[in-house]
Amino acid sequence: MIELIFTDLCNGCGKCVEVCPTNALALTEQAVPTIRDQSTCQTCFMCELYCASDALYVDPDCEQPRPLDPQTIRDSGLLGQYRRDSGWDEWAADPRYTNQHWRMDGIFALARNTPPPAKP
Amino acid sequence: MTSTSTPLLDLHTDVLVIGGGLAGTWAAVAAARQGSRVILVDKGFCGTSGVTATAGPGHWWVPPDPQIRASAIEKRLATAYGLADSRFMARALDTTWNSLPAIADYYAFPQDEHGVTQYRGLRGPEYMRGMRRLVQDSGVTILDQSPALQLLRDAHGAVAGASGWRRQAGGNWQVKASAVVVATGGCGFLSRLLGSHTNTGDGYLMAVEAGAELSGMEFSNYYGIAAAGSSMSRSMVYTFGDYYDASDRQLPFQQGPDFTGQLARALLEGPVYCRLGRVPQDIRQQLPTIQPNLMLPFDRHGIDPYQQRFPVTLHAEGTIRGVGGLRIVDDDCQTTVAGLFAAGDASSREPIAGATSGGGAQNSAWALSSGQWAGRGAALLAQTRGASQGSLHGFTEVGIQPSTSRSATDIAQLIKRIQAEVHPLDKNLFRSGNQLSSSLQALDSIWDQLRDAPPNIEDNPLRARELLAMAATARWCYHAAEQRRESRGMHQRSDTPQQSAAFDAHLRVGGLDSVWSRHDHLKTPLTHGALA
Repeated sequence: MIELIFTDLCNGCGKCVEVCPTNALALTEQAVPTIRDQSTCQTCFMCELYCASDALYVDPDCEQPRPLDPQTIRDSGLLGQYRRDSGWDEWAADPRYTNQHWRMDGIFALARNTPPPAKP
Repeated sequence: MTSTSTPLLDLHTDVLVIGGGLAGTWAAVAAARQGSRVILVDKGFCGTSGVTATAGPGHWWVPPDPQIRASAIEKRLATAYGLADSRFMARALDTTWNSLPAIADYYAFPQDEHGVTQYRGLRGPEYMRGMRRLVQDSGVTILDQSPALQLLRDAHGAVAGASGWRRQAGGNWQVKASAVVVATGGCGFLSRLLGSHTNTGDGYLMAVEAGAELSGMEFSNYYGIAAAGSSMSRSMVYTFGDYYDASDRQLPFQQGPDFTGQLARALLEGPVYCRLGRVPQDIRQQLPTIQPNLMLPFDRHGIDPYQQRFPVTLHAEGTIRGVGGLRIVDDDCQTTVAGLFAAGDASSREPIAGATSGGGAQNSAWALSSGQWAGRGAALLAQTRGASQGSLHGFTEVGIQPSTSRSATDIAQLIKRIQAEVHPLDKNLFRSGNQLSSSLQALDSIWDQLRDAPPNIEDNPLRARELLAMAATARWCYHAAEQRRESRGMHQRSDTPQQSAAFDAHLRVGGLDSVWSRHDHLKTPLTHGALA
């Protein structure tokens, strides 16, 4: 679920509030996003993907809130991970993040042809 | 929400599309292509809402060689058990093949290492972001964060628009339209399936209130694997998985059509753990740029899924990867209610999938195709029908008129009671007549309770309608499952384990307070044994 909003990183564009499919976020009168209703968050990470400032953090636990230490997350290198690996915005021209989604078909075929290991 | 002081955004259009996921966006584009004025309303945000935006949809993608097409159709007919239509399959294959290359200005189709452009599979977020731009460039008006709450009728009783709530802008909206496309997705009953929490069956409820029929609702018990506690139901890597029980004994699952069944049986015995040790090294390196969201749960909880065992679960998909939905009666995807069209998971996918989920690829092809057929059909009807005159009225008042206020806790409890019938593997995946009857009793009692005191949350009129929609959808699914007293395709019952010629039929259901069903027998009897 959505856990952290780093207001010092946020530029106040409001995109995260606009794109949230379940309306979990809201903008304050000062144009700062806040978690309006954490229980409606569906843990889809769309807010992170659309945040060009990498100012949000979604914990992958979709069942219950997890209190997190903001500094630990800030230092973890995980902020903006999804947007970067997706090759969005400033990452679009970086060859390390070229869309390789088309490989899925080959991977499925490989999995079908990879024999399971001998039984222990 | 009917308070006179509430501001109303009052609009007129030719075609109204309800839902901005894959089917809804294709419908809006197709309607606009016919020269119609189009409004698209989305509960959330057109571009992130729905199950496509978070996934990586492949499409049922078969080149237009007559022999290759015929053999692809033949293969799918074999698991449709008489309930699909080869002509619809051919139409869907053709529409899909012609449509994807045409959106190259909106989605950067990658090339493989041989320089061949790859159209079949798309990344969901980029696909839906592109579809939003295409919808806008087609001149369609988009209302985001504007859930529809009910369909509206004119003085003659014909569907003539819809109304809803502007949950961020404030106030309500009403759109008068000459034709309406319902593309609200399927219903997974808030199962934590990735991206599915917008898909609560709202369109089924609205359409049935207007008199529409549903079909194939018994085929609604698909489940998808995910790391326990996570929403990341992306199955690809799990084909490489090794599986273990709580005492570290390896579980001998075979990949293939019965994988879910084997996993489900093991999960009913206790926790199941997975390790992805057989994923080749080169693919591990590529995975973040193949499926950028796949690794988020592992990376963020410090799990190395290639070395460590982690618990897995199955998320219910209801009618999302399941088959059932609104019955369509013609090539334009019109429902049994004139002027009301259905597309994507909101419509029954039986014409191309029959009694077995076609999986993601067929579903995407269906959303893309049925969306365009419905959008075009709605536009053509709007042109002949003209603008409807006079004032508009709702079809229902249940969950619309202010009534007994219930607390958020009450609502959460009611949702849990619905989920307790439709999510458990031993009730829905592994079915029996007795269990279905007992679940139906529980669901009927929930419905009666909601009917007697319709839920109402002052600051969230949508929640009440979602709750009603889920309760109604659960009853339609299980009523159909109870009535189909045989096993066919994904509907398997321990008390009636054989397929039976008596049920060579489409099962239609509908009704709210009193759920009805009807068997529409196939025109051409099946040769039993040959297909089973």
